[in-house]
Amino acid sequence: MRDAWHHRELWAHLGWQDIKQRYRRSVIGPLWITISMGTTALALGLLYSQLFGQELDTFLPYVTAGFIIWNFILGVVSEGTDVFIANEGLIKHLPAPVTVHVLRMVWRQVLFFGHNLVVYFIVLAVFYPALTQPYSMVGDELNSHPGISWTMVLAIPAFALIVVNAVWVALLFGIISTRFRDIPPVIHSFINLIFFMTPIVWHVGVLNKVTGGSGEGNWKVLIAELNPLYHFVEIVRAPLLGHTQDWHHWVVVGGFTIVGWALALIAMRNYRARVSYWV
Amino acid sequence: MVGIDVWNASVDFPIFDAKSRSLKKLALGKVGGKIGSEGRVPIIEALHDINISLRHGDRVGLVGHNGAGKSTLLRLLAGIYEPTRGSSRIVGKVAPVFDLGVGMDPEISGFENIMIRGLFLGMSRKEMEKRVDDIAEFTELGDYLSMPLRTYSTGMRVRLALGVVTSIDPEILLLDEGIGAVDAAFLEKARDRLNDLVKRSGILVFASHSDDFLVELCTTAIWMDEGQVKMHGSLRDVVTSYKGRDPYEHLSEATLERIGQPRVLSGNGGE
Repeated sequence: MRDAWHHRELWAHLGWQDIKQRYRRSVIGPLWITISMGTTALALGLLYSQLFGQELDTFLPYVTAGFIIWNFILGVVSEGTDVFIANEGLIKHLPAPVTVHVLRMVWRQVLFFGHNLVVYFIVLAVFYPALTQPYSMVGDELNSHPGISWTMVLAIPAFALIVVNAVWVALLFGIISTRFRDIPPVIHSFINLIFFMTPIVWHVGVLNKVTGGSGEGNWKVLIAELNPLYHFVEIVRAPLLGHTQDWHHWVVVGGFTIVGWALALIAMRNYRARVSYWV
Repeated sequence: MVGIDVWNASVDFPIFDAKSRSLKKLALGKVGGKIGSEGRVPIIEALHDINISLRHGDRVGLVGHNGAGKSTLLRLLAGIYEPTRGSSRIVGKVAPVFDLGVGMDPEISGFENIMIRGLFLGMSRKEMEKRVDDIAEFTELGDYLSMPLRTYSTGMRVRLALGVVTSIDPEILLLDEGIGAVDAAFLEKARDRLNDLVKRSGILVFASHSDDFLVELCTTAIWMDEGQVKMHGSLRDVVTSYKGRDPYEHLSEATLERIGQPRVLSGNGGE
């Protein structure tokens, strides 16, 4: 790990290079990443606000923020499983620490996230009046949110925490899938399912509403609560939209960070040297 | 202190076919009991019981047939493979030159490739910026350096790769053959630079089939056969017994002059 830090210029440069690569030979270059995100968020927001009968003013920003964060998680998980397999040539020819490839990938995803954040700011500007007032996602007074305020800055440490998690996910999943090649297809197929199970295009409040708002202890709410990705999404999204935030999300994410890193470090210690044999 | 030590090192490659690389097989194997524990992953012993100790100033040539383990040994010495049994210790900055094409991105320009390659070889961005002009001059690629790499011919790529490698100051230089695709005039130039580089680097390990190169760059040699060190000694002795003839006998006048050796009378060595 320390070695990889010494190589920070290398992976930082490579990550940039990957982005610049996308701009090459295209006329509007960087905008492509932003435009595709914008179109998807707009389409999903329009569709699902109608399906669930939600206020577009608040639901579209909700979907946008959620989808941008989801995209980062999706990128890390799906590319993380392939990270060593894709860099086979480099691993076999240059004695750089394997962590370099992981950090390069995560850094690239962070840069993508930065591009997509532009969409969020546009949406924010458009729906600013609606978002700065207290509002409710599901249309009852119980679940009202205070609106955007200075708490927005909480999104920064929250995202940093997700990035820290991204590194262990890529390390651990990367090592496992290099050894067992059927892990990547499994993950690729499950990740779509998880997208629909995670409250991104729908709101957790809806689960409460369906069951008559009985709230705590409701088994349907567990669909969201038991999904770790919900907590990851929520710690960043809530401050971005001025939602009330429950501290238990931070606790869950913190727990995952510690357990995940412990597992990743064990895997690294035992199998780091084997990666070059397995690729 | 720059040095490489390898004790009783073996490198075994597990050969996972599609079946044994899957979790399902592993799980079912466990359930079945016997097959799981006995039907283990087949392995290829690429290197077997290697003992090598290299110190500052060593110039080692690697000879041996294809598949004898030369490249694997170089990768072991580079620290890319850690030995599956035994141990190894490598102290110093390693610059491996195995496949000149790897780590090159065809879509980006020559200049950017120089930078990336340098960073991979452990240089910092600033150090590389200082060297870029020098590399550009050496490679003689001129304006081509700002064109994407995919427009380059094979020889031009080799020039670029050699330019980068020879411009840095490695403590341990590991060269694998494959410096073939450059034209004669450039080879002459590269030879000087390689010689220069070899003098600057602490340890050189060079795998090659070319007597000329070996004689010029190395003083000792290792003969690899079936993953084992068959012979380790002075270059002349090892190459003589490997090829069955004295390498000095077939060298051109010019090469002999460069290395300051008198011409060997024919029939002197090689039985």
